[in-house]
Amino acid sequence: MDIYLPIAGMSVNALFIVALGGLVGVLSGLFGVGGGFLTTPLLIFYGIPPTVAVASATTQITGASVSGALAHMRRGGVDLRMGLVMIVGGLFGSLAGAGIFRLLQASGQIDTVIGILYVLLLGSIGVLMLRDAAVALGWITPAERTEPKPRHNRWVAGLPLRWRFYQSGLYISPIAPVLLGFAAGILTVLLGIGGGFILVPAMIYLLGMAARVVVGTSLVMILAVSAATTMIHALTTQSVDIVLAGLLLVGGVIGAQYGAMLTTRLKPDLLRLALALIIISVALRMALGLTYRPDEIFSIEYL
Amino acid sequence: MRRFAPIALAVAAPFLLGQAAPKLVPDVSNRAVEIRYSFTGADLLLFGAILYPGGRTPNRPADVAVVLRGPVQPIVLREKQKIAGIWMNADSNRFRSAPSFYSVASSRPLPDLIDERTAAVYELGLENLQLSPGGGAQPDKARRFEAGLLDLKRRAGLYSENPSGVEISEGVLYRARIFIPSQVPVGTYTAETFLIDRGKVLAVATKEIEVSQAGVERSIGIAARRYSLLYGLAAVLLSLGLGWGAAALFRRRL
Repeated sequence: MDIYLPIAGMSVNALFIVALGGLVGVLSGLFGVGGGFLTTPLLIFYGIPPTVAVASATTQITGASVSGALAHMRRGGVDLRMGLVMIVGGLFGSLAGAGIFRLLQASGQIDTVIGILYVLLLGSIGVLMLRDAAVALGWITPAERTEPKPRHNRWVAGLPLRWRFYQSGLYISPIAPVLLGFAAGILTVLLGIGGGFILVPAMIYLLGMAARVVVGTSLVMILAVSAATTMIHALTTQSVDIVLAGLLLVGGVIGAQYGAMLTTRLKPDLLRLALALIIISVALRMALGLTYRPDEIFSIEYL
Repeated sequence: MRRFAPIALAVAAPFLLGQAAPKLVPDVSNRAVEIRYSFTGADLLLFGAILYPGGRTPNRPADVAVVLRGPVQPIVLREKQKIAGIWMNADSNRFRSAPSFYSVASSRPLPDLIDERTAAVYELGLENLQLSPGGGAQPDKARRFEAGLLDLKRRAGLYSENPSGVEISEGVLYRARIFIPSQVPVGTYTAETFLIDRGKVLAVATKEIEVSQAGVERSIGIAARRYSLLYGLAAVLLSLGLGWGAAALFRRRL
């Protein structure tokens, strides 16, 4: 069933896009990530123009994070104060990201930068997760720590102007979460990812937040920033394809529900191992794309 | 004096026709192509009649070439090169007047019909497109980029040549079929028909075809450009609504 995408300016197989959204939705429900890191590259491989892919995948992230954010809120797993601080950083980050996006687009290096960022981010996160999962499954034993790890990162604890975040059990400067939100906001605009797989470890290891509220707070933050990013794309690049986004969403939100159901039946360590392998393979695919001679040496940019 | 010219012409017509060049009467199957949600491309039939003076078809009928071209777009063509192990855009060239779509069909291969100079004058054939490369580029670079552009567009189905795409029946009726793929831009397309005999273009006739988005697609395109704020809000609300809806639906079921 072919359907014409008005903004992308091409026709695609609607069922394929819904299935793609569904597959990513299952993964996002299963692992608690937005899934943008899969949607955007897959759309680009399918032939959707990169700008449209990035902008439209952002709307899917919003949809995928709604149900998770609601569930965590009901359970009291959201530190709203921390969330708001990070959202403020995220909004500024997405504005800055939009500026960077424009500059890179004008110089013709946007695709290369997107590729390199994907390889670096996904590669390092994937390897870290793989190692964690291997330790948890008892395949390798970590080196013994000689001294106990400090609860707070030294750099974060050194920042001035401390606030109390009761639900996170923290007394830290809001500058750190603002900066974290800022970085995530830039990534959301540039890469079309929610940044959950970067936020969650950063919130645990850098900020030292209570694990109970980490996932819920990051989901609320991703929800707000991805919605704002959709607006920014709609206003500046005008490349949000609402038909493409709708197709992705229909598959994505339903897939997310099934993914969430599956989570309770599978072993969490195996889940993390699987996610690590998926992330690494996406990174490898992107790396090959950068280093192998591309199919198309020439590319057209319309003025 | 000028007022009498048409009358004089009308009186003289029967005498003039004996010497006059043949005329083309072209038509197209669709004057307008509408892009709707299920648009996967369109097959256009370009046909018409060749009117020979006095209705006498010559023993050796002339040939016909049909060109369909889309609106001109200024573009930047970028070329990737391997730098530090990574393939990245290294060089670029601007083309001010690359047609978005160009398809030529003819009754015989173009080189058999006309010489290179005539072909260049009428922009007949892919090699003769006036792309207006900018920047006073070195000739070898300009050639490389032109070849790259033609190759890219050809494989996307946006540029094509069909040396046996025109069928002429009884020497007076011609027809050509040209396919427009789904990723063509909207705008005014021109269909030019050339009547060619012994290396000379005897007659040219032009028809216009309007390619436009229609229905919901048109409204969406307009909304995205003119009411970007509302459009963005609609996209956000759509995602919030669908996400919340699915969650509510599944919670009731479990």
